[in-house]
Amino acid sequence: MSITRRIAIATGLVAGLWSTTALAQDNMRIALVAKSLGNGFFEAAARGAEEAAEELGGVEIIYTGPTSTTAEGQIEVINSLIAQRVDAIAISANDPDAVVPALERAMQRGITVISWDSGVAPEGREMHLAPSSDELIGQTIIKLAADQLPEGGKVAVLSATSTSTNQNVWIEEMKQVMGDYPDIEVVATVYGDDLADKSYRETQGLLQSYPDLDAIIAPTSVGIVAAAQAVQDAGKVGEVNVTGLGLPSEMAGAIESGASKSFAIWNPVDLGYATAMIAHALATDAATAEPGAEISMGRMGTATLDDDNQAAMSEPFTYDASNIDEFKSVF
Amino acid sequence: MIGSFVRSREAILLAALVALVLLVETRFAGFAAPGNLTRILNDTSILIILALGQMLVILTRCIDLSLASNLALTGMVTAMLNAAMPGLPVGLLLAIAIALGLLLGAFNGLLVWKLEIPSIVVTLGTLTIYRGVIFLVSGGAWVNSHEMSAAYKALPRTELLGLPLLGWTGVAIVAAFAVGVNRTALGRAFYAVGGNPGAAIYTGIDVGRTRFWAFVISGGLAGLCGYLWVSRYAVAYTDVAGGFELDIVAACVIGGISIAGGLGTVTGAVLGALFLGTIKNALPVAGISPFWQMAISGAAIIVAVGFNARRQPGRVILKPEATR
Repeated sequence: MSITRRIAIATGLVAGLWSTTALAQDNMRIALVAKSLGNGFFEAAARGAEEAAEELGGVEIIYTGPTSTTAEGQIEVINSLIAQRVDAIAISANDPDAVVPALERAMQRGITVISWDSGVAPEGREMHLAPSSDELIGQTIIKLAADQLPEGGKVAVLSATSTSTNQNVWIEEMKQVMGDYPDIEVVATVYGDDLADKSYRETQGLLQSYPDLDAIIAPTSVGIVAAAQAVQDAGKVGEVNVTGLGLPSEMAGAIESGASKSFAIWNPVDLGYATAMIAHALATDAATAEPGAEISMGRMGTATLDDDNQAAMSEPFTYDASNIDEFKSVF
Repeated sequence: MIGSFVRSREAILLAALVALVLLVETRFAGFAAPGNLTRILNDTSILIILALGQMLVILTRCIDLSLASNLALTGMVTAMLNAAMPGLPVGLLLAIAIALGLLLGAFNGLLVWKLEIPSIVVTLGTLTIYRGVIFLVSGGAWVNSHEMSAAYKALPRTELLGLPLLGWTGVAIVAAFAVGVNRTALGRAFYAVGGNPGAAIYTGIDVGRTRFWAFVISGGLAGLCGYLWVSRYAVAYTDVAGGFELDIVAACVIGGISIAGGLGTVTGAVLGALFLGTIKNALPVAGISPFWQMAISGAAIIVAVGFNARRQPGRVILKPEATR
């Protein structure tokens, strides 16, 4: 290959990279950082944030995130946001501690930092907006399974990664209330890493290891879909009920086939909306993040911060055959 | 003939595979039952097909890291077409998947052939590009099972003599490779190009063109697997098969395909893929902590490669060159 041709290619690449930067600087810019791009939940949250931006006016939402659910990927994203001098960063963290140094650097540069959905350790953010309280979620997921098992039975948990912040807390909260369900036994907790194929295989493993399993609780949107598909393929619809946390659009098929009788989720559109509202209030100094503070979330009411500067938005909502058609086209 | 097989890498790998299955059987009764082994074969079919495609590329001293992205992109495209036009026959979607895969593979091949860019650089680039294109065409949205037509989801699940069509596809591709690689001029050219490119030129083989065909074939297989994957798990999203490219390379390496090129067999690639597939299926039922699972997978790869290295005293890639 000739040297001129190589230079031509290199120049073309560099030009391509540069042309994507340089955007308007006037609006207040709030960055919404997802665990990973291409996940329906976060796409829906981004729509909610856009809705808040329209309502507030003069706000630009930068929806971004790594392409895979890694803390390293998020650190790169945070560094690039610092370089772009955004006004606020709202992050759903892949790891509560790994992203702290990068977020501390952002706060030192005057950027408002909050976490939402999946939290960051207190030193790495001003406040955390939980979609719901962890207690309520933990109670909800076991109740979903238990409601279908009046005689009691065996349930297994299919989680995301073994280090995932929110799933671990919810499972812990679930175990706290197991005393209320003496006939329900949790036989195993397995990890599908939020990958469709691994979750599918782990579910097959559960069905083999526990032939008399009655329910699978998957508190993760990738896992619950894969588990329902695996149960359906194994011909165990009606024997094993898949429940947990999922999105109506992704779970419509599982409800239809009967692999899942019901599941729950908070509304991600509302969550994105509330997150953007809070980020805006803090970045404009209309509110201060301190224990006991009450911050307005627009149509979602008011968030009250606890001693760790955490607040809960609302309780999860249950979806089943009666309302799935209404919501499957929403998110 | 039998004696040479017993001493071959394939025989050792086969023995290791049998030992692995029996070992898991002691921890989890029923693992070695014919029904379960069929299930593992079915589950591993996609890995087998892609490992065979990757084998061709590696034989020619190249590597294709974009296979999983190619798979995810073609899978997403077929799923979106199916969701938008449920009336399209599945056969046509399958043809589109293979054609798109061939095209994506040909793009890799052309860059390697005509611009002479090292394949690891080309495919590292297209790995990201193809993944990015998925995001562009889908806008980050998922295609979910209720949006796919029943026929789209049914094809790989249709059972024939106890094995789903997904598994039969794997078997058919293995058979085609066994003949194609050993009995056709192009098949032998892959070995010649990797074994000694200089000598290959003197025998009238166009090294660049042969590499191009290796990429085209592996791309086409990735396209086929794109449909199979999305149909099997009944969901298409940007991150489908994320990291799977490394599993494919690992299957080849375990199967004794030399990264230095020119050395490897269809049997080896198939056994390598089955070995990895068996581990993946064994870990969930063996009750091993998830914290150990990845370490165990990795250790199995190193042990397998270690065995290969011992059987291959001359391979530079696996051992430092002997002091002269």
